[in-house]
Amino acid sequence: MTAYLLLLLSTALVNNVVLVKFLGLCPFMGVSRNMDSALGMGLATTFVITLACAATWLLEHWLLAPFDLGYLRILTFILVIAATVQFVEMVVKKSAPALYQALGIYLPLITTNCAVLGLALLTAQEKMSFLRSLVYGFGSALGFTLVLLIFAGLRERLALARVPAAFAGAPLSFILASLLSLAFMGFAGLSFQ
Amino acid sequence: MWLAIFSLTLLGTLLGLALGLAAKRFHVEASSIVAEIEALMPGSNCGQCGFAGCPRAAAAIADGSAPVTVCPPGGKALAQMLAARLGISIDLTSVADEGPQIAIVAEDICIGCCRCSKVCPTDAIVGAAKQIHNVIREACTGCGNCIDRCPTEALLLQPLPVTVQHWVWPKPATVVIALAV
Repeated sequence: MTAYLLLLLSTALVNNVVLVKFLGLCPFMGVSRNMDSALGMGLATTFVITLACAATWLLEHWLLAPFDLGYLRILTFILVIAATVQFVEMVVKKSAPALYQALGIYLPLITTNCAVLGLALLTAQEKMSFLRSLVYGFGSALGFTLVLLIFAGLRERLALARVPAAFAGAPLSFILASLLSLAFMGFAGLSFQ
Repeated sequence: MWLAIFSLTLLGTLLGLALGLAAKRFHVEASSIVAEIEALMPGSNCGQCGFAGCPRAAAAIADGSAPVTVCPPGGKALAQMLAARLGISIDLTSVADEGPQIAIVAEDICIGCCRCSKVCPTDAIVGAAKQIHNVIREACTGCGNCIDRCPTEALLLQPLPVTVQHWVWPKPATVVIALAV
């Protein structure tokens, strides 16, 4: 139990998927204008990542490994992820039309969010158990949501600040992202095992 | 190889079936009136109405939060069509109607700064940096986005010049009177 808790903490904070592994930077920059859509995006991505980790584990251990089809890994993983994202899109469109409008193009783009495929491939590469890969994916997705929320909150406040014209907009966001990344590097000092 | 083909086919079929079932389960009825209004709008997403593009404006018109006269490029003709479709009567005297207009570049003062071509929603303005720009008549919707951008006031909205391509025989006078009555 403690091992899983530590795994959750280490994937969410120490090995944060956005700020330490630099995966999933497109929604990190794209959907962080306000907290509401950042939260929606984070939750949708969390759902997709967790589901994709489970589905790709089943694929890896029931199809790819027994039949020696390792060369199909990326192909099948992308297929499963794309189907999951389509499903999430339908659910969001049905249950939260406002969120569907706010997320816009970024919702179908979860398919190409490299964090999703990256985590699925990492769990396959490290030959984790089913539960461990689930916790690994869920923890990483929580870290993604957390960073997206922090970044969106900071950007909401920065939108009201007076900044020199040369820094306004994207440049300031990049500087902010680098500072946030530096802050998360501080977690590297924690060692659990 | 056959195993790979078979497994991918099976996977695709299963996922397709699952998605098909989910699509039925989570089906959302699209509002037909919004789609109909959107089809009537110019569709160049110029933003002069204050909404983010024609689809948003169509949605606002459909739920009544925007008047049918909201679209400047559409002018009187569009307002009439929308009012007829929605079954409401409108006062058209306030709608400016100079007929169809397009932007025209005054070639003697254009400095070729390219600012106008960047804001054109239909890519109707051609020209490179430090080259005199020109407007493609067939593509221009007369939205007027480029007028304010021009630093030398070289762009003007003018009534669509009558050319052989779109000159039409004037309608007989009696029909006009019948419509007015």
